[in-house]
Amino acid sequence: MVLMAVVLLLLGFFIGEGFFGQRGGFFGLVIALAIWLILALVSFSSGDQILLTASKAKPVTHDVHPQLFNVVEEMKIAAGLPAMPKIYIINDYAPNAFATGRNPQNASIAVTAGLLARLDRDELQGVIAHEISHILHRDILFVTMAGIMLGSVVLLSNFFLRGMFYGSTGGSRRRYSGGGRGGGQAQLLMLVIAIVAAILAPLMAYLLYFALSKSREYLADAGAARLTRYPEGLASALEKIAGDPSPQLATVNKVTAPMYIVNPFKKEGQMKLSDLTSTHPLISERIKILRGMVHGASFRDYSDSFSKITHKKTVVPPVALTKEDIALRQASAQAKKKELLEKQFRQVGDIMRRVNGFIFLTCICGLKLKVPPNFKASNVICPRCHKTLPLST
Amino acid sequence: MIALIIVAIVLVLLIIFVIGIYNALIGLRNQVDNAWSQIDVQLKRRHDLIPNLVETAKGYMQHERGTFEAITKARSQAMGAKSVAEASKAEGALGEALSKFMLVVENYPDLKANQNFLAVQEELTSTENKISFARQNYNDQVLFFNNKIQMFPSNVVANMFNFSKRDFFEIEAAAEREVPKVSFS
Repeated sequence: MVLMAVVLLLLGFFIGEGFFGQRGGFFGLVIALAIWLILALVSFSSGDQILLTASKAKPVTHDVHPQLFNVVEEMKIAAGLPAMPKIYIINDYAPNAFATGRNPQNASIAVTAGLLARLDRDELQGVIAHEISHILHRDILFVTMAGIMLGSVVLLSNFFLRGMFYGSTGGSRRRYSGGGRGGGQAQLLMLVIAIVAAILAPLMAYLLYFALSKSREYLADAGAARLTRYPEGLASALEKIAGDPSPQLATVNKVTAPMYIVNPFKKEGQMKLSDLTSTHPLISERIKILRGMVHGASFRDYSDSFSKITHKKTVVPPVALTKEDIALRQASAQAKKKELLEKQFRQVGDIMRRVNGFIFLTCICGLKLKVPPNFKASNVICPRCHKTLPLST
Repeated sequence: MIALIIVAIVLVLLIIFVIGIYNALIGLRNQVDNAWSQIDVQLKRRHDLIPNLVETAKGYMQHERGTFEAITKARSQAMGAKSVAEASKAEGALGEALSKFMLVVENYPDLKANQNFLAVQEELTSTENKISFARQNYNDQVLFFNNKIQMFPSNVVANMFNFSKRDFFEIEAAAEREVPKVSFS
């Protein structure tokens, strides 16, 4: 199925470019292929780094956020991954998460500070399990590569359409200079076909891409339920994320959107046409499916619940549908109380400051000072007891 | 002559096929062994955490000497266990002692607010989780391996090279099926 998808994407790409090449013949195809090849190589070698940098993710260690680190390690053990994924935090209030990388040996998981602040341990585990499933299913490379392919289709058609625009003005100038004007109706027809193709190709690519990434989201949900044995964790995390009033992620665009656990573009509720072009299934539907898994946590249980709720055939490939008897587990006793949430927010704020190079000092009078990294002086005066504290960097 | 060539080709293909299955089986068996050693890693980690836990909590819980002694004793028994059966029994006892300790902690709000204790508690919670996830992963790997050994055509190769089925990690007592709950809320 994956192979077919890649071939299809390639085909759509080549057809679009083939039309584009009608004017210059074979030449356009070669340019298109070259651009794609360069982009593919770059994305394969360092696509994850580009994406992480683009979303302003900061690497973290065990000391910075022990719980996050532990939860990732738990899921790494449950999934039997060969290596520990690298962990990043994005300083953003909107709760979201994504995974990227080349293969399970070189993978990264990024979560936003807003996610850490809002979720309890079980919910965080569900989200991390979803991301680990993406790594395990090798979706991360696919999404990075497909994003690049989509990007190049868009790039090329933009290139062509703009070229057309400038080309026509250039042509008219040439007309004034009295140059020879070749071609007639045949050339005009070619031009029209090329324009239509240039407009349609990115649309087609988008639709394909979105359809594919949707089924992958369902599969990752199924994987998360299987790894944690606790679908309710992810379900309630999704519920919290969907009901969150904070503005959408600051550093996101159409190409990186499918990587996130929920669609970072806020438009749920007003979905009609966007249902087709959305990279993610409706959150409410995902929650219902997860909550419908009352008999067990295997892929088969997910698939049964999926067909019951969407009235569609299963998204799970038949290989994974073997009969497994996997019991659900109980909620861990870690469920957080409301008053803890505020404390959690403050802790995450401190973590972001630490990640961003703030220095933490505790004065003898008990006051805690958080000194920003661009504070240049070597001493700082405590505002309460006016003692001078040395800043050791 | 042609018949000979065909026979040779079929033979070569068959050998390649057998080698492929054999390597897959070895890979799966190594994964099972690796998953098993992961459990040991996490159990060892639990042993290492206990002195830390006792040290942090001691100052706050002077009247709970019995609880501490139970944990320390269970730990040394688990560490000194010789056979697998002995070890699994001792680890079960240790888990029970720890969950009892966690219940007692509920009566000490000062301890529950201590930063160091919170850090040890997070590590312990996570280690208990890791133990159960490592067992879960071991059982998953055993299932793959056993399926491969029993299903055609890999079962033929498995029989040729004497691959034998592995046992699942089962916890006898229903009470032990639950990882001890570590609760401070």
